[in-house]
Amino acid sequence: MRTGFTPEQEAFRAEVAAWLNEQLSGPFLSIRGLTSYSGMVEERRAWERALGEAGWGAVGWPKEYGGRGASLAEQVILAEEYARAGAPGRMNHVGVELAGPTLIHFGTEAQKQRFLRPMLLGEEFWAQGYSEPNAGSDLANIRTRAWLEDGPNGKEWVIEGQKTWTSLAQYADWIFVLARTEDGSQGPQGISFLLVPLKQKGVTIRPIRQITGDAEFNETFFDGARTAAENVVGKPGEGWRVAMGLLSHERGASSLAMQMNFRNELDRVIAAANANGAANDPLIRQRIADAHVGLTLMRYNALRTLSRRDDDTSLGREGFIHKIYWGTWHRKLGELAMDVLGAPGLVAAQPEYDPEDLPRLWLQSRSDTIHGGTNQIQRNIIAERGLGLPREPRGR
Amino acid sequence: MQFVLTEEQALIQETARGFFGEYVTSAKVREVMQSETGFDSQLWHGVMADMGFGGIALPAQCGGAGLGHVELAIILMEMGRTLCPSPFLSSIAMAAPAIVQAGSADQQAQWLPGIASGETIAALGWLEDGSATLSENGSDYRLSGSARYIPFGHVADMFVIPARGVGGGLSLLAIPAKTPGLRIEKHVAIDLTRPMASLHFDDVEVAADMVLGAPGSADATYARTLDLARIALAAEQAGGAEAILDLTVQYAKDRVQFGRPIGSFQALKHRLADMMIQVETAKTAAFYAACVADENGADLPEAAAIAKAYCSDAFSDCTGNAIQLHGGIGFTWEHDAHLYFKRARGSATLLGDARSQRETIARILKLGEGN
Repeated sequence: MRTGFTPEQEAFRAEVAAWLNEQLSGPFLSIRGLTSYSGMVEERRAWERALGEAGWGAVGWPKEYGGRGASLAEQVILAEEYARAGAPGRMNHVGVELAGPTLIHFGTEAQKQRFLRPMLLGEEFWAQGYSEPNAGSDLANIRTRAWLEDGPNGKEWVIEGQKTWTSLAQYADWIFVLARTEDGSQGPQGISFLLVPLKQKGVTIRPIRQITGDAEFNETFFDGARTAAENVVGKPGEGWRVAMGLLSHERGASSLAMQMNFRNELDRVIAAANANGAANDPLIRQRIADAHVGLTLMRYNALRTLSRRDDDTSLGREGFIHKIYWGTWHRKLGELAMDVLGAPGLVAAQPEYDPEDLPRLWLQSRSDTIHGGTNQIQRNIIAERGLGLPREPRGR
Repeated sequence: MQFVLTEEQALIQETARGFFGEYVTSAKVREVMQSETGFDSQLWHGVMADMGFGGIALPAQCGGAGLGHVELAIILMEMGRTLCPSPFLSSIAMAAPAIVQAGSADQQAQWLPGIASGETIAALGWLEDGSATLSENGSDYRLSGSARYIPFGHVADMFVIPARGVGGGLSLLAIPAKTPGLRIEKHVAIDLTRPMASLHFDDVEVAADMVLGAPGSADATYARTLDLARIALAAEQAGGAEAILDLTVQYAKDRVQFGRPIGSFQALKHRLADMMIQVETAKTAAFYAACVADENGADLPEAAAIAKAYCSDAFSDCTGNAIQLHGGIGFTWEHDAHLYFKRARGSATLLGDARSQRETIARILKLGEGN
């Protein structure tokens, strides 16, 4: 047992870091350090293309589709260096991290040939159509319907319904949609995983303003929207399995990847506390130290999961804790930031509603214990799958 | 990434779990904790001589196996699971590192082989609060004052005691239990599985060769000793937290109220889920810090403080929750929950509580400096 990475992994790290630094000091200097998702869309598109062409766009994908077949460890190293270099948020992360792996795992060869390359090169951006007004934590309760009809170019799916929390749909070209394709079906049965073009008459996208004041996500209405019959991933009616497969490969990699950003944020909180004297307050000192403890152990929790041999079941349970752990840690950091700032943290420097970075962290982090499975759902998963406790009785 | 037990380490874990699981049952713990010595000499012989666990992290030239702190953490985690009443932590994980760190080659050869084999039980004065004073006495020294709350101090054959007064800094002294002028006061410890004693020194004559290394020069070695001891204790805490979680989960599956196992109610299962998050992270913390110790990282003080802070809180929280989730039976002497609860409290305070560890971290982060 060791804390570090292997020499081969460190060599990979050096290669990634060198490329990122060269690009972000040169052609992409203008988007270095960009955290907001709005604006500079053309520069970001060019950045996605540069990443894809250099083979860094989706290192976890197999080589034949433009990836490097990289291990989870290498994916984590890339993500760490990406954050360290101040590279901009991935405009196409829904495509590269969610849609792409799903197609690679469940798609037909024709689908892979059609979609993966434009995704990798930033020519087509993607959005996710899962949640609905009545299907949040209970995702299998979706109502959006789709059925096959004859169209001008053969059979087409026709889609009716509403999706919500569709991040970055305003910039996306395609969306993957969970839709009920069997009349009268309930729960996970009778759902299909459809790929739907967004720029068409039957689709309306309406931004939703968040508590930060930004509108990063949307509600998306499908009113007779259409997509070709072949744009279904997996068999019709078996889309639930495809959707769940998307969530199963994570193993703590994303929480490890986020930590470079979290560390930057904690450093900003510490700098603020040192600057205004809050760092001399014994309770603030305790809480900053606690945040440091929590972040350090977040890293080693993730390393522990990622280091496991596939046949090793002795250290398995920690794999369930990553989501609730980082979400909760981050939310507490936001609260700590506000306590450190004191009264000056209550006002924005701009005339419009545009909170500074630490108050924004406080607000933004409220979503971390909700999206991707709320803390309450995570505790159910931990209790039922990690500890083997009986399931909560359900209404259906 | 290699942050996972090697096959050899997994085998040690399996062996230790089998050994302690078989011999250290709840009934055995209760029998031993009410005995005069507070430990079982046959079990001690088994752990030290038969299994050879005592020398696991000691250098080979001192009678050790030359393995590392990860292996020591594995052993202590398993001992912690069973609440094994034993001077192992105090002798092997607290006192022995002090001799390794501060002792001359002769002093190491004098003490360590016996400690490793279990023939000698050692104990460390860990609460360095200035209450023991060393003074010069010709070419030798005299010690007066006290060293308090030493786990298994009443059965130790020798003590490593920190004292100030000579040479500017801290001195570490190797004091045999039979030294004239040393009075050993046995306490009734709240945690019956870890009895404690306080030592009182009435002008004890300390020969020059009883000073580990040079007098007044042990500040750094003592600090390092405490860091290593904290890491070992953190592993024991993590093991205890895991065991009490397992016990509580089983109870929540078995106990039926309102026609359902109580473990199907979210009020309970969510609290158990939070306990599992703490337990798994505590294990991570202990192994992370043990790795840093083995890798001789410069961040040992930070890693030790992180592990001790986290594991102290985790063990305390989990045992408190265990009593609550067991309901009335959890408040009885008959149930083991109180034994874990008391062990957690004692361990949280021993070697510095979570608050003090976080203040250490705050200083390492240089909070508030330069304002």
